[in-house]
Amino acid sequence: MRLFFAFLTATFLAACAGPQLRGTGDLGLVIERASGHVTLVNTTSKSAYARIGGLGDLSHASAVYSRDGRYAFVFGRDGALTKIDLLEARIVRRVMQSGNAIGGSISQDGRIVVAQNYTPGGIKAFDAETLELLSEVPAEYAPGKFSKVVGLADAPGNKFAYALFEGGEIWVSDFSDPRRPVTQRFPAGNQPYDGLVTPDGRHFLAGLFGEDGVALVDLWQPEKGARKILENYGRGQEKLPVFKMPHLRGWSVAQGKAHLPAIGRHEVLVVDATTWKEVARIPVRGQPVFVMARPDGRQVWVNFAFPDNGKVDVIDTLAGKVVHTFEPGKGILHMEFAPRGEAVWLSARDDNKVVIVDTTSFKTLGEIAADNPSGIFFTSRAHRTGL
Amino acid sequence: MYPNKLMACLLVAGTAGTGYAAEPPAERQKELVRLVRQDCGSCHGMTLAGGLGTPLLPAALKDKPAEGLVATILLGRPGTAMPPWERFVNEAEARWIVDKLMTEFPR
Repeated sequence: MRLFFAFLTATFLAACAGPQLRGTGDLGLVIERASGHVTLVNTTSKSAYARIGGLGDLSHASAVYSRDGRYAFVFGRDGALTKIDLLEARIVRRVMQSGNAIGGSISQDGRIVVAQNYTPGGIKAFDAETLELLSEVPAEYAPGKFSKVVGLADAPGNKFAYALFEGGEIWVSDFSDPRRPVTQRFPAGNQPYDGLVTPDGRHFLAGLFGEDGVALVDLWQPEKGARKILENYGRGQEKLPVFKMPHLRGWSVAQGKAHLPAIGRHEVLVVDATTWKEVARIPVRGQPVFVMARPDGRQVWVNFAFPDNGKVDVIDTLAGKVVHTFEPGKGILHMEFAPRGEAVWLSARDDNKVVIVDTTSFKTLGEIAADNPSGIFFTSRAHRTGL
Repeated sequence: MYPNKLMACLLVAGTAGTGYAAEPPAERQKELVRLVRQDCGSCHGMTLAGGLGTPLLPAALKDKPAEGLVATILLGRPGTAMPPWERFVNEAEARWIVDKLMTEFPR
């Protein structure tokens, strides 16, 4: 609250002195899932500078950024798409675009924002400037049958790749003409639960929940079709229960290897990102949810599903094993690295705070109060493919 | 294995009759509400309107037998993403959750 007033005071002072110029490269936002707020943060001062309400149901909300890093597009669970100005700390536009949404993505050229929806299943493309609806691709995988869409990620060429949970397929939609997208379909497997585009934009991976394995499409050679990697990694053993779906994103690639959560096993699977063969599996302390590489790739941080969601394990990619384990707070839902990785911000939902930790010493550098925080999104995402 | 467990559960549920009298203590009710909204909510949505998991609002559950829902909470649903929660809630608590879900779930 004090911070908020400090911000207000700063705003008034700035207003008196004329416009204050500033960049956006060290800004970001924290989703406060239960109260429909986002808190705007500064990664240099490690502090909050504003709080915005009225965003609706933000459970499982995520955000992407315009390429100038000024605007955040927040996708709410209730189907709302909200455009936020980080400099003026206000909502610029807001549309209800579906009944039940799960996230979204922004095109290579920054002009198209695409939302992925559960109900009605499919994706919708919006003009990033005006949020005008440009086109949609219903996820109708069989006549009259619609699927929830998961794993949407942007790829070069204003393409978007995503997977169909019930449909068991990977779709790649080309929005070169934003009003007339062209879609290619690939078989994926049983219940794809999330997907990722590798940081170079070449490969799309869809993790499978209903079977052991990951489906892979080479977006440079789509004519080769989809193939399965990490097949049968569980080797027929009975799976442990999964109390929360893991998440995949391009930040899992480090040192030429993709680090992926196993399903129903307390392991991180390591795959060579050239041959796509399994090279290692690293035991961890729970069902991994986020497996995120520090920007330099030296470390991979892992958080876990209920009931192990207070734990965080840190893998050293040189040693190929967990080198640090700790409990930074209750209900660790998400992690976000400072743009170059010297610090990581962790949301501790049940402690109502965000904890900032030094990634070398593992010391706590600071805390920010937030109401049931979940996703943390920094503007450094603006210039990365597949986030 | 699963049908036997399910049967056992249904038998227990049957003998318990209208066991809603055995409400969990107030403090535990708070924990259960938080568990449902936050942790069940990661698939079913915090407002329980559905997500990767099905909606759990009264309108969505009204035609389903309560016993079946109790069994689903405790034992999960093989072949779907619904895991068994019997490690974290006992049968009386599951019945209380189902009762609240079918009427009005506390904030």
